[in-house]
Amino acid sequence: MWEQIRSNRIRSVGLTIGIGAILLVVGYFIGLYFFGNGYGGLIVAVIIWGIMNLVAVFQGDSILLSISKAKKIKKSDHPRLYNIVEEMQIASGLEKMPDIYIIDDPALNAFATGRDPKRASVAITSGLLNKLNRDELQGVIGHEIAHIKNRDVLLMVMCGILLGSIVMLSWFASRALLFGGAPRSRTSSSSGGGGGIIIIVAIVLMILAPLAAQLIYFAVSRRREYLADASSALYTRYPEGLASALEKLAASTHELRSANKATAPMFIINPFRKKGMSASNLTSTHPPISERIRILRSMTGASLSNYEQEYEKLHGSRHGILPVSSLAQTQEVEIRAPKPEKLETFQANTERRRETSEALWRVNDYEALTCDCGTRLRIPPRLQNSFVRCPHCGRINST
Amino acid sequence: MPVGAIVGIIVAVVLAIIFGGGYNRLVRLRNQMKNAWAQIDVQLKRRYDLIPNLVETVKGYTKHERETLEAVTKARNIAQQLSSSGAAERSKAESELSSALARLLVVVERYPDLKANQNYLALQEELSSTENRISFSRQYYNDSVLRYNNATQMIPSNVVARAFGFKAGEFFEITVVEEKEAPKVSFTQ
Repeated sequence: MWEQIRSNRIRSVGLTIGIGAILLVVGYFIGLYFFGNGYGGLIVAVIIWGIMNLVAVFQGDSILLSISKAKKIKKSDHPRLYNIVEEMQIASGLEKMPDIYIIDDPALNAFATGRDPKRASVAITSGLLNKLNRDELQGVIGHEIAHIKNRDVLLMVMCGILLGSIVMLSWFASRALLFGGAPRSRTSSSSGGGGGIIIIVAIVLMILAPLAAQLIYFAVSRRREYLADASSALYTRYPEGLASALEKLAASTHELRSANKATAPMFIINPFRKKGMSASNLTSTHPPISERIRILRSMTGASLSNYEQEYEKLHGSRHGILPVSSLAQTQEVEIRAPKPEKLETFQANTERRRETSEALWRVNDYEALTCDCGTRLRIPPRLQNSFVRCPHCGRINST
Repeated sequence: MPVGAIVGIIVAVVLAIIFGGGYNRLVRLRNQMKNAWAQIDVQLKRRYDLIPNLVETVKGYTKHERETLEAVTKARNIAQQLSSSGAAERSKAESELSSALARLLVVVERYPDLKANQNYLALQEELSSTENRISFSRQYYNDSVLRYNNATQMIPSNVVARAFGFKAGEFFEITVVEEKEAPKVSFTQ
């Protein structure tokens, strides 16, 4: 586990340099084209990147949580969820308990955010809370905690920003090219032939750079998903929990209202997925769910090497998916037996729904009032009236 | 400067880096192991604190289960007394407590009124989460012990470990004795 964090750091640096290099090249050529001087473009690129980085590092998680309309919960709001997060924090050896958020949305999804493990958050939709039993929820939370523990969040945010900068630069440059007429540099340029090459290179870059950066980004995102799945199986010692949770996620047809393209890689499954996506889809942030389920279900032990083995078996290749250094531990890890869980009955479902809606009432500051007839009334936080009529028996209750 | 002295200095520096790094790694792993042990401790204490509450709640509903309840209380007290001793003794006491609790939870299944009690449901969630926490912290602790012990046995850190007295860590196991008794069948004619 620890080795994979280190290898992750090396990988993040390499990746950031890769996309960063694309950004600089784009900046340089745009500068060369528009200002007749590559360094001007470089400076613009670095300034855009720097500002976006500052915003993302210091405000990124709160922006993400607020556009997702996530509400922070305390332990008393939803004890089961809180306990499960704490269990996974202990299993992963994460030093600090992450904050927990609920998103009031029937879609089934969850994500983790935070720039370092000490300031991390886990968010989950109410729809998912309604659907999953304890073992499944544990698998999902294990996956999110693994993202935090492996420092994927920071990696993806950094890459996302570099990608965003490239897209922005190319977009501005292409608009300038289309509508801005002849740039200054061409008239002052002394070498006519060199100018032509620069124009071609600049145009090609503007088209290709965002695509190339996106492909790198998606590839890394998918690798991190596999690693998080494998880590979740290791933490919970129970791959079936995550597998059956993913199955429920895949069956759902709700689309998350508050997700957008920029936040997509943060979620446990791609919020914009379409039915029948092929395994080799290069422009997907997530591996296909059916494949993830298949790997988890075929694992014969709960260690990372078991996951790696099954991945290789499925793809018929020796090119692994997990960082090599994380597989050094050769110790056997057994899969635990399933917890004696209440059956998936109508009653269990109702209980979970009630638990979730109670939590939502509480985080939205509704107050509970019990009428003499036994009906529980919910009083919204900004109610002006001092009396409410009970809809069940008609008594007047003071608030 | 003669070539021999330069080579000597380089070798000395390389050795210092290797062994210094080995020492730091051992210290880091040992601290990690100690922290993990402290986490188990926290979770076991959590369980000691939960049990009186649980026994009190169950008592009101079950008239005929005094023995089971007393067994749980006794196992808890013994485990708490042994909480400052070594891993081996502790794991025995904690295993017994786990078994006693498992027996109690089986007994409780016979009392539908109790199972509908809100207070009991909350306690049950806390208890099963505590059991999970204990096993997860144990899992993490044993992983850290394994890593630390590997480091004390592998070249080159084993040399450092021996020189500075890094002792191998103890694993911690809790085994719940299965309470399913085989049905008694007598072949009397």
